[in-house]
Amino acid sequence: MVLLTLYNNLNCFLVIGAILFGLGIYGMVTRRTLIGMLIAAELILAGASVNFMAFNRFTAPDPVAGQVFTLFIMAIAAAEAAIGLSIIISVYHRFKSIDAEDTVQLKG
Amino acid sequence: MNPSIVTSPQLFSVDGLVGVVFLVMVTITLVGGLIACNSERLVRSVAGLIVCFVGVAGLYYFLNSPFVAMMQILIYVGAVAVTISFAIMLAAPEEHKKVGPSGPLVGPFGFATATLLAGGFSILAIRTDWKVMEKINDGSVKTIGIHLLTEYSMVFELISIVLLIAILGALVIARGGREG
Repeated sequence: MVLLTLYNNLNCFLVIGAILFGLGIYGMVTRRTLIGMLIAAELILAGASVNFMAFNRFTAPDPVAGQVFTLFIMAIAAAEAAIGLSIIISVYHRFKSIDAEDTVQLKG
Repeated sequence: MNPSIVTSPQLFSVDGLVGVVFLVMVTITLVGGLIACNSERLVRSVAGLIVCFVGVAGLYYFLNSPFVAMMQILIYVGAVAVTISFAIMLAAPEEHKKVGPSGPLVGPFGFATATLLAGGFSILAIRTDWKVMEKINDGSVKTIGIHLLTEYSMVFELISIVLLIAILGALVIARGGREG
């Protein structure tokens, strides 16, 4: 049962991080609404954090650095979500829509 | 600490059950991520994001850092997901409008791009021979606290200022939109 020892394998975590990143990119490209894009951005950040934590656990000499960096990624993600959502609410009040294709002022 | 240990534990031993829990966490993460970027409604998308973050917290627990796992649940599930839910309630998108791809080509091309990136990174990760280095401390919560207040204290203060400015900016931007 090699499947049951996957949690002790660096490559498994790296592949999970890559899949999360790919899901985020897919959502970012295909979503119409701005909030959907923000959710996809959170997925991309989660993928990056998983990668950091995996290297921190398996290869890095100082296991504190990766954890602290992941904490800072979380703080930046929280700040990004706050700013992004307030911009989205502002856009909604102006355009009455959060669809990325409706928020245009110039139509040529 | 050696990442390439391959033994074969029994399913109903301690190691085997730990492996089962890990597979469950991976499944939760990937299913949550799939829901988050594929569901028709934004509320379900946020619910999928919460599921995905709980799974990622489980992965952090397997990576020897219960502190970061706790922070993941506190910050992401407790704060970011709730904020996104509030934004969905405040800026409610029209129910009849689709949230799916905007054109016939966006879906396939987006899928191709994502597959290319994820597959490329996976192959790169598997093909590379990562060099394992000797640990210089244990990475426990106590060690993290000491390092946060000594080595990373400047970054810690800077991140606090960034968060403060972000909150103030968010307030100003959201208020301006209400008046205008």
